Amino acid sequence: MPSKTAAALEANAEAGHGSLIGYFPAGYPTVEASIEACVAMCENGLDVLEVGVPYSDPVMDGPVIQAATVEALANGFKLRQTFDVVRAITERVSTPVLVMSYWNPIVQYGVERFASHLAAAGGAGIITPDLIPDEGAEWIAAAEKHDLDRVFLAAPTSTQERVNNAAEKSRGFVYAVSTMGITGAREELDELARKVVGSVRQAPTRQNTAVGIGISTGDQVAEVNGYADGAIVGSAFVKAYQSGGIDALSAKVAELASSLDTRNN
Amino acid sequence: MSSSSKPTNLRAQSGPYFGEFGGRFVPESLIAALDQLTETYEHAKTDPSFISELAELHRTYTGRPSLITEVKRFAEAAGNNVRIFLKREDLNHTGSHKINNVIGQALITKRMGKTRVIAETGAGQHGVATATAAALFGFDCVVYMGEVDTKRQALNVARMKLLGAEVIPVTSGSATLKDAINEALRDWVANVDTTHYLLGTVAGPHPFPTMVRDFHSVIGIEARAQMLEEFGFLPDVVTACIGGGSNAIGLFHAFLDDQDVRIVGFEAAGDGMDTPRNAATLNFGKPGVLHGAKSYVLQDEDGQTIESHSISAGLDYPGVGPEHAWLKDIGRAEYRGISDAEAMDALRLLSRTEGIIPAIETAHALAGALKLAKELPSGSTILINLSGRGDKDMETAARYFDLLDGGANA
Ligand SMILES: Cc1ncc(COP(=O)(O)O)c(C=O)c1O
Repeated sequence: MPSKTAAALEANAEAGHGSLIGYFPAGYPTVEASIEACVAMCENGLDVLEVGVPYSDPVMDGPVIQAATVEALANGFKLRQTFDVVRAITERVSTPVLVMSYWNPIVQYGVERFASHLAAAGGAGIITPDLIPDEGAEWIAAAEKHDLDRVFLAAPTSTQERVNNAAEKSRGFVYAVSTMGITGAREELDELARKVVGSVRQAPTRQNTAVGIGISTGDQVAEVNGYADGAIVGSAFVKAYQSGGIDALSAKVAELASSLDTRNN
Repeated sequence: MSSSSKPTNLRAQSGPYFGEFGGRFVPESLIAALDQLTETYEHAKTDPSFISELAELHRTYTGRPSLITEVKRFAEAAGNNVRIFLKREDLNHTGSHKINNVIGQALITKRMGKTRVIAETGAGQHGVATATAAALFGFDCVVYMGEVDTKRQALNVARMKLLGAEVIPVTSGSATLKDAINEALRDWVANVDTTHYLLGTVAGPHPFPTMVRDFHSVIGIEARAQMLEEFGFLPDVVTACIGGGSNAIGLFHAFLDDQDVRIVGFEAAGDGMDTPRNAATLNFGKPGVLHGAKSYVLQDEDGQTIESHSISAGLDYPGVGPEHAWLKDIGRAEYRGISDAEAMDALRLLSRTEGIIPAIETAHALAGALKLAKELPSGSTILINLSGRGDKDMETAARYFDLLDGGANA
């Protein structure tokens, strides 16, 4: 089956507007609350959802997401509840749901078992921030078997050869890291993002690419979608939720989504 | 694996993998820096000018070669007619083995044209060594240290500051060494153009486990030659304490292919091997990924890292270098646990019998040797890596033995 994630991105591109991809941590602040938050995000114009798996040592995450995932773990989040969250969301909305997880939890669960349970829960695939394709043979095989997307990253410092490999090994899209930093809202989006997207476009394997890390405003979302296939927003959504719960989160998603196009008018 | 089929040429392993362990489990953003580091190091390690520059710094600055001291009164206390030898890394400049790696990586930093170094530190020894090298080479230096550790090693924080380094207390996660490593990795991702991450042990992504081992392998190379030259035999057992595993692999590496030399590492068992409050990763951990490499990790069933516990900040780490994981699995080395209490007793014993106050980390190896002495055939010889001196631990020791404010005598 073709990738549902890729289909969503490509349909939006064909219609002449971009895509909004949003992150929210599973189990934050509780499992139930995270399901409601994610559903609300999907109902307010999100094109692809990323459900984050809380992990004790999140080296790619900035302070906002770190604090949220620490809280989720402190509130008793268990890895297997990832599938409960994904299932509950996919039963209520049709938005493609990717899981974003550091590699060790998946290794401990069993790569093949994780892939199988994710597929059964209706999940679309996995974003692996600390797994490079070079180390990903087992995951790539499991993803093939269970028809899951695999989103690898490309960075401003990646050689064209490495970007080519990421494009070839990914399904769904390539996650273009826009700054040489960690997640967290930035005032100005780096020009580096254009460079990474340009490298993905040059790869022999045609692959969608979405830009993440540092995006927090509607202008940024619109700007990124001028050259990429999607904008990924994480910390800004978690912050919105912290400031005013589901209502503030829904409003933030709707605001960023409306900056893209005329769909909602 | 039976001893007859033990693989030979174990010394030839140079990563990225040691059996199934090692690798590079890091964000793509770091790969270019790791590639540059690998390439620079691969070139440097066979470059005569690099080799001679490193050797010269060790001779004139570190104070190498370090001595071998036979400790007869300590051995007598151990009993069973054993002979015990210490490889005196405590006599190095800055007081521990850590300087071997730091000087090597500082030279590599210079070769890469980088001007800023960052480091993580637990006990503060690696932070002090890094701050020292930064002062010597004129680098900017930032040291990440868990807030908990900044308190238990306050004197080392002052030392780093005096040397011109900025010390950033880390409050995220469990606010200990593992979180300091996370914070250093985040800094590195953001500042990779100018900055080298001067990792302090044989953990982390390739090439760190191999490169850091190579820089410490001088310990074992010297010790092996000194044993043969000064005493005419190789020891029956070589031992060291294991935090991330750098001082241990530094000693062990030269002996890996000496089939008759037994290799034993001692981990921190904290409150005891029968309690969950320990840092004995190779004994109680499971294979997994932490800080960029596959190795043993103290973790729960979900792969969440479990906080380790040890009286010694330098051993208080829930991970361990991948080469040790491999040496354990192929049966070439054994790894055992030593409790806080056993280590502190050994620290006092060496102080009293030899006039050498060891670091608390090192005291775990001393306590291990005392136990081994009882199990070995009479007259066996044990070489211990005396990885560091105890000056930094005086506050902990004074509190432990109640030596302050007119306290009793230990
Ligand atoms: C004196 C001393 N020995 C040992 C260690 C443990 O580290 P490793 O296992 O890498 O040698 C430390 C770490 O701070 C130390 O200061």
